[in-house]
Amino acid sequence: MKRQIAAGLLMSLAAGMSFAETAPGDVSYQEGAVAQSLTGQPGDAAEGAKVMSSRALGNCVACHTVSAMPDVAFQGNVGPTLDGAGDRWEEAQLRGIVSNAKMTFEGTVMPSFYKTSGFIRPGDGYTGKAIDPAAITPILGAQQIEDVVAYLLTLKE
Amino acid sequence: MKKRTLATTCAATALALVGLSAMADPAEDELVINGDITIVTHTTKAPDYIEGLSEQYSGWHFREDDTRDMERDDFDNPGMLGVEAARDSWAEADGTEGKSCASCHNEPESMAGVRPVMPKFNTEKGEMYTLEMYINQCRTERMGAEAWGWDDAAMVNMTALISSVSRGMPVNVAIDGPAAPYWEQGKEMYYTRYGQLELSCANCHEQNYGNHIRADHLSQGQTNAFPTYRLKTASLNSIHNRFKGCIRDTRAETFKPGSAEFIALELYVASRGNGLSVEGPSVRN
Ligand code: HEC
Ligand code: HEC
Repeated sequence: MKRQIAAGLLMSLAAGMSFAETAPGDVSYQEGAVAQSLTGQPGDAAEGAKVMSSRALGNCVACHTVSAMPDVAFQGNVGPTLDGAGDRWEEAQLRGIVSNAKMTFEGTVMPSFYKTSGFIRPGDGYTGKAIDPAAITPILGAQQIEDVVAYLLTLKE
Repeated sequence: MKKRTLATTCAATALALVGLSAMADPAEDELVINGDITIVTHTTKAPDYIEGLSEQYSGWHFREDDTRDMERDDFDNPGMLGVEAARDSWAEADGTEGKSCASCHNEPESMAGVRPVMPKFNTEKGEMYTLEMYINQCRTERMGAEAWGWDDAAMVNMTALISSVSRGMPVNVAIDGPAAPYWEQGKEMYYTRYGQLELSCANCHEQNYGNHIRADHLSQGQTNAFPTYRLKTASLNSIHNRFKGCIRDTRAETFKPGSAEFIALELYVASRGNGLSVEGPSVRN
């Protein structure tokens, strides 16, 4: 009995330390959408814009154009333009698309940014070497996902 | 007023669309090398066994004007320096037997017709052999020389020389008979979504050729033009080295040049280009 309480206490402590983030494996998708914030903290749209345009982070512009980022060179066109994404989608849908787009668009080429398992020959970053599957971290952190969602919501036509 | 705004917007959209497609399409152009060797860089019919392609394009069509121009004349093609170096080593004796390539094969021109059918099943050895493996077989078994590494400059230069004498001939690898299981394995790999980005060769080179991924204009990932001289690294690049880089870029554990996996993949990808001309050494960015 005592041991159970101690264990429970430890768990809530751990949860508190990670600011009650939802782990990648615990995200609940409803028809592709994720209703709950992954962090409980509001997203910062300006940070989201940085994540989207940075090669080392989201690099979303590798595949998408965003007219609101005229300074970002070489935007790709593998995916549709994100102009007006904030009109077309609800917040929960955007959170789902950015976390794991395959839950919304079956078989899409868009990578899953908040997922840590189910990969074939996962590598250690871009070294070409193997990574221990237990050591895989999502491409974007929970707060970065929230920041990107906040930015996408500003993209209105 | 309202109408005018609308008309202006339409015109602007139309312009944007034209601009985009001009940017996205493979360049309409023809390649004749030294005013003499006509290269088939585009066909309007891919082989029937390649379900995902209706037309075939060499990667040449997806490069900028000045890069394409470098291939029109051997004096402008930096890959030809590797060919020249290999012509020297062709005639140089190496190994315990005191022989050179020339001792058995005379002029490098005798190799015309070799590159278009590579890789092919080596009946004596009972396995699929690439050009590199045939070169090393001659070195170790006939010359008593040491095998070259897959990406040694001497090896890549020699593959450039042997390709160069087949330029203009159609790629024509066999996929049936003993080659069939290798081809199946390569096909399976081509559609496997590797790495944390979960991207297959097909995602980029079949579904999205002509589109841009950041600054890169995606080609069909054909191998007819190998080895390629890459301006970025200022060196000749082997087929397996290119495969390695493409898989690494999906945040995956890649395979090694010369691995059984890459040999199978090489056969499958080559068969997607059956009908295009041998073009190597080519120039890419
Ligand atoms: C490798 C290519 C690729 C990358 C990288 C990528 N996407 Fe996508 N994305 C796509 C494709 C393709 C679609 C279209 C869905 C489909 O039908 O497959 C899409 C769809 C979307 C949509 C829905 C578009 C709409 O308006 O209907 C959003 C929003 C989106 N992506 C956001 C992002 C964000 C944010 C990132 C980066 C964190 C990102 N994408 C990175 C390929 C990509
Ligand atoms: C994330 C996208 C992506 C994936 C996945 C990918 N490639 Fe590539 N590949 C590229 C880019 C970008 C280039 C350079 C531009 C071009 O030629 O398409 C390239 C070039 C090539 C070339 C050189 C073509 C030439 O004419 O110079 C070959 C061959 C090739 N890829 C084969 C493959 C194979 C085989 C696979 C799967 C094992 C693969 N690629 C997976 C992006 C990709």
